[in-house]
Amino acid sequence: MSSAAPASRVIDINVKHVSRVEGHGNIVVRAKDGVIEKSEWQVPEAPRFFEAMVRGRSFEDIQTVVSRICGICSVTHSFAALKAIEDAMDIKVSHQTNILRLLTHYGEQLESHSLHVGYLVAPDLLGQKSVVPLASSQPEILKTIIEIHRVGNLIMEKTAGRKTHPVRLIPGGFSMLPTEDDLLQLTRELEETIPRLQTLAQFIADLTGELPTFERDTEYVALFNPPTYPFYHGSIGSTDIDVPVPVQEFENVVNEYVHPQSTAKWCKWHRDSYAVGALARFNLNAEHLQPQAKMTAQLLGLEKGACNPFLNNVAQVVECVQVVERSLQLIDIVLSTGITYERPKIKPKAGVGVGAVEAPRGILFHKYEFDDDGICTQANLCIPTNQNHANIQDDMNAFVPQIIDREQDEIRLLMEMLVRSYDPCISCSTHLLNVEFV
Amino acid sequence: MIKPRLAIFDFACCEGCQLQIVNMEEDLLALLEHVQPVEWREAMSDQSDDYDIAIVEGSITREEDAERLREIRKHATTVIALGACATLGGVNKLKNLFDLGEVKREVYAEMADLPHLETAPVQAIDEVVDVDYKIEGCPIDARELGTVIKSLLVGRKPFVPNYPVCVECKLRENPCRYEYDEICLGPLTRAGCGARCPSNGFWCFGCRGPVDDPNAHAATQVMKHYGKTVDDLKRKLELFGTQQEPLHV
Repeated sequence: MSSAAPASRVIDINVKHVSRVEGHGNIVVRAKDGVIEKSEWQVPEAPRFFEAMVRGRSFEDIQTVVSRICGICSVTHSFAALKAIEDAMDIKVSHQTNILRLLTHYGEQLESHSLHVGYLVAPDLLGQKSVVPLASSQPEILKTIIEIHRVGNLIMEKTAGRKTHPVRLIPGGFSMLPTEDDLLQLTRELEETIPRLQTLAQFIADLTGELPTFERDTEYVALFNPPTYPFYHGSIGSTDIDVPVPVQEFENVVNEYVHPQSTAKWCKWHRDSYAVGALARFNLNAEHLQPQAKMTAQLLGLEKGACNPFLNNVAQVVECVQVVERSLQLIDIVLSTGITYERPKIKPKAGVGVGAVEAPRGILFHKYEFDDDGICTQANLCIPTNQNHANIQDDMNAFVPQIIDREQDEIRLLMEMLVRSYDPCISCSTHLLNVEFV
Repeated sequence: MIKPRLAIFDFACCEGCQLQIVNMEEDLLALLEHVQPVEWREAMSDQSDDYDIAIVEGSITREEDAERLREIRKHATTVIALGACATLGGVNKLKNLFDLGEVKREVYAEMADLPHLETAPVQAIDEVVDVDYKIEGCPIDARELGTVIKSLLVGRKPFVPNYPVCVECKLRENPCRYEYDEICLGPLTRAGCGARCPSNGFWCFGCRGPVDDPNAHAATQVMKHYGKTVDDLKRKLELFGTQQEPLHV
């Protein structure tokens, strides 16, 4: 573990573009003789200015544009936008639309979580640089992960018309609905996914000893809607408050601010930082998990109140089970009542609206203002990774001193694992700047 | 046979096209028996300057990115532009419709004038370097990428349709979106997607870019027939085709 520090022991870590994350982030750690001079999480992603880009676009085209903020949470961005548009124009959607949207959304959670845990995090726990060596060293588990991932994609394809950048999600409902055969196929595939997830959970349970034991008391923020474990409906909850906040007041929650060192916009609520994502959702809503998801949490030793950021990936495994159980129930409801073939026809009107949904990597807010013709005049989007930015930095501040006497390569790996544990989605972070720290 | 060395790079984009490579699932493992991945930041920790094929995703928005792309071009024998951001500029080009100072103020308010926020007009990959192959679409269809790579491996020129989406849409017997009082870009847009969006009850928004010689006259007639204007059409074309070669409609 810790080695005796020789005279003038210098740590100089400069990870340009952390691998196995979505988007571009840098890690810089500098220390001399155990004294930390700098430990920073930086984001050099090229800003893309979506808030400006949607100005002047029709409400009918907003989803098509903002879905492109993020390839891996394109369904979530679509829903945040549609909910905001429906809020702004007082559009009520049918019960069936709500159920099918939830199903699509669960598909994205399953796809994103299995990709992150299986393809991006597991290599760290197995001492590999990528998932590719698993094809020869652990072909069975890789095959299991691929199958789970494929089913997540299949749900989106059957309900929203495509795996990435959904086609059928429109204001007021769907442009086309799945057939009964589509839903029956999903049921069969989802039933086969349960034992696969048990295999994955056991595989991760055997590796949780490889996760760092670092803990830091943290404020967790997520959708809150008892007695459910929400991804789509609900108000804004926090582990620091008892009464949740309506989503329309999200700007008072995220409090985007400029950090004196960096000028990058960060977020804070009751403390200097907060965390969003699977662990936040678990910490707020764990008692409302489905039975098998609860059992998976027990198997993995995950308990409400956990504040080790690395456990976010464990919570993602629990959520995979949760969304599969719920998806099976939702399909049963639709099949038992029969599919009503409906297509919304919306007459636009002026207004301001907010949509909040849980992306796989945390709560996401979209806000739009429209004129009488339904043309967007203003937008504000607040992305989960932006909300985690200050928290990643605070974790680094607390974690680096605990490990600073270790070998440079080990510190580097642990820092990369810390960033990866948040499942950051940096392309999303339209506010983040290219900052060269002094 | 020596496996060609493959590297995947990304610029300003959503990385959804790379995701389609991951979504190849078992087929990706089969592909990896024929090419050797040496750099793919989203999936691997390895890095290399020694590669034959470079797949480039995303569009160019800053000089530093243009410089990095030129370096990639120097190292690679073959450059493949992956997806609409790389081939057309994609939705990123909506930014070019605005005054860039105004765009920055919109997002960054009083911080907008800081030097590190410098942003240039968005460019597609082939506006900066020569591109050997383009995989159109937002997102790409991984089967199309597979076809191009297979063609490369056997030294054959891949087939890219040069007819509009309407052709594929008719073959699928979809009702025309204009019959629903919508504006569909099918008549101008390059096919190859199997008319994915119209087949899902939605209009084509042109993510594959226009065919080489779009029939502007026919498109104008369609607009007239359905009581729409050419300006309506141009507004829709902006979504994925802003400031591309002017379509003289």
